Amino acid sequence: MNSLTRTENQALARTVLELDVNNHPGVMSHVVGLFSRRAYNVEGILVMPVGSGETSRIWLLVNEDERLDQMVKQVEKLEDVLAVRRHGAEHEVFVRLEEFFL
Amino acid sequence: MSQKTPETLTGAQIVVRLLERQGVRTLAGIPGGAILPIYDALSKSTLIHHVLARHEQGGGFMAQGMARVTGVPAVCMASSGPGATNLLTAVADAKLDSIPLVAITGQVPRAMIGTDAFQEVDTYGLSIPITKHNFLVSSADQLLDIVPRAFRIAASGRPGPVLVDIPKDVQNQLVEVDEWPEPGCAELIPPPDVELVERAAAMINQAVKPILYLGGGVVHSGASKVAVGLAEKAGLPTVMTLMALGAMAVDHDLSLGMLGMHGARCTNLALDECDLLIAVGARFDDRATGKVAGFCPQAKIIHIDIDPSELDKIKTAHVGIAGDVQTVLEMLLPKIESPLREAWLARVASLKAAQPLRMPGVDDPRTPYGLIRAVADCLDDEATITTDVGQHQMWVAQAYPLRRPRQWLTSGGLGTMGFGMPAAIGAALAEPERTVVCFTGDGSILMNVQELVTAAEENVNVKIVLMNNSSLGLVFQQQTMFYGERIYASKFKGMPDFVRVAEGFGVPAIDLDAEIDPRAALAAALSTRGPMLIHVSIAMHEQVLPMVPPGAANKEMIGG
Ligand SMILES: Cc1ncc(C[n+]2csc(CCOP(=O)(O)OP(=O)(O)O)c2C)c(N)n1
Ligand SMILES: [Mg+2]
Repeated sequence: MNSLTRTENQALARTVLELDVNNHPGVMSHVVGLFSRRAYNVEGILVMPVGSGETSRIWLLVNEDERLDQMVKQVEKLEDVLAVRRHGAEHEVFVRLEEFFL
Repeated sequence: MSQKTPETLTGAQIVVRLLERQGVRTLAGIPGGAILPIYDALSKSTLIHHVLARHEQGGGFMAQGMARVTGVPAVCMASSGPGATNLLTAVADAKLDSIPLVAITGQVPRAMIGTDAFQEVDTYGLSIPITKHNFLVSSADQLLDIVPRAFRIAASGRPGPVLVDIPKDVQNQLVEVDEWPEPGCAELIPPPDVELVERAAAMINQAVKPILYLGGGVVHSGASKVAVGLAEKAGLPTVMTLMALGAMAVDHDLSLGMLGMHGARCTNLALDECDLLIAVGARFDDRATGKVAGFCPQAKIIHIDIDPSELDKIKTAHVGIAGDVQTVLEMLLPKIESPLREAWLARVASLKAAQPLRMPGVDDPRTPYGLIRAVADCLDDEATITTDVGQHQMWVAQAYPLRRPRQWLTSGGLGTMGFGMPAAIGAALAEPERTVVCFTGDGSILMNVQELVTAAEENVNVKIVLMNNSSLGLVFQQQTMFYGERIYASKFKGMPDFVRVAEGFGVPAIDLDAEIDPRAALAAALSTRGPMLIHVSIAMHEQVLPMVPPGAANKEMIGG
């Protein structure tokens, strides 16, 4: 958790990361741990299995800061992360969920 | 894939067979309830020699010693709970120094996980941030995939530790095995970008004041020879990190020795003037760079590393090349012209002459530098050198004439007191023909002193040189220099009789203080096979100099 106010937070530029990962109980810990260890707040997380359930997709909503490139490289290094794609904050995945967070 | 008739085996037997097939011949560990099935299976192995450590951290460092001298993943084992937590420091140490290690831990049975069962800890969760990868095995047949994969991951790319946590019931589970997997070995690395290599070559050819900066990756990659070749062809003064010592002989004409916090003045000053820094398998660690903004302020940077996440992490490179450093250097070499760099080489030579590493007392074996040189005088380059952590470590890094990659084993990234002696035992187990010398301190040795009995039991050729300054010397030095001489909790009041301690553990010992001819006594001790402790008193006020104050730029070093 960071100590920004809600308005400050909303003013920050956001990035949406899309990760393809192997689906097993430890993956979330591996991914999220990389962020928490660096005190890098993850604003939003979504995970669902894909297809047969062998793999999952993790969507992360994060603030853009100067460490983001390094974060992405660290995520790519994880053994269970198969691919990482970066999207702008305008990506629909979290926008569509907003109604559940009113 | 091999093997025809199916066999029915337990998970534990599968683990042991996979280790045998992997080529593991020595491993270190301590048994306990949750790993007993594996130990039972291990007892029947005629190929694997199990070294019984006396603390799991000691076992972990023994495995590290084996891995550091061979470059091949080594194995340590521990039981669940306290066994696993004791092992973690050695695993974290391996992570920070990129050492290939496979740690196998027992876990409570699957049905009891999450119930706070006896000796249950979340080993998987605890080890996530300190391993390259980790596994919690959920069925015995998975072992056939996971164990070779653990070795593959540990050895591939940038090496590192892998932990495999195996619940007891998985160890006991029966599985039919009809085919054995191939042993896990290092994967091929994608080839480097040729165009970037061309650009790097052009930058080197055009540079007026270049410096080659070698890191531990050069040793891991087996690239020492080609790195020295590059330095010679391109006329590159060369600095090494703590981890790279030995990659280029320190007395090579082009060597400026170690850079950073305790580097020689000439070394840090040359870096301050360079116009091109060629970083190879190095990660711009803060002990090497000092304040980053003040590190090589005028230099363009070429950064070559096997781990893409190291590029641009601390310093943005003008050319960053991801790839195996040996491969990259081999591609680079033919593109290098041999420019005359008379002015720069002359400038570096004059810096070296004017501001060399000063080693007061180097002729007196009762001083730190003199002792280290006297030990070196008794040995050749075949000897392996390990250290603990503190002033003694830095003095050895500065003064020992290291000339061979993998000759030098030290805890660089984590800086773990207690590393030296068990790592030396591991090194001696892996390469019994060598003499292994461990330089340690009166503080550090006590952190894994129990492994003296392991040294005696295994009769390893390990010589422990104990530099006793009656203090946590490096702490004492920092309090003296930066905390107004307020010496607190760094001076020992009680002092064990280390000679008797060693003898009590079954290791012969001599006290150099009592010897009339310390050089002769050293020569005799170092040429006798088997473990030995050599105790030497060092004056408490001796300092490691120069020293860059923490947080300062390297050119602001004090002393020396
Ligand atoms: C496990 C651990 N605890 C604490 C430290 C902090 N520390 C660094 S050097 C040092 C003193 C080491 O004393 P000694 O082994 O006697 O070496 P000396 O500096 O006296 O040569 C300490 C306490 C450390 N590096 N590792
Ligand atoms: Mg000491």
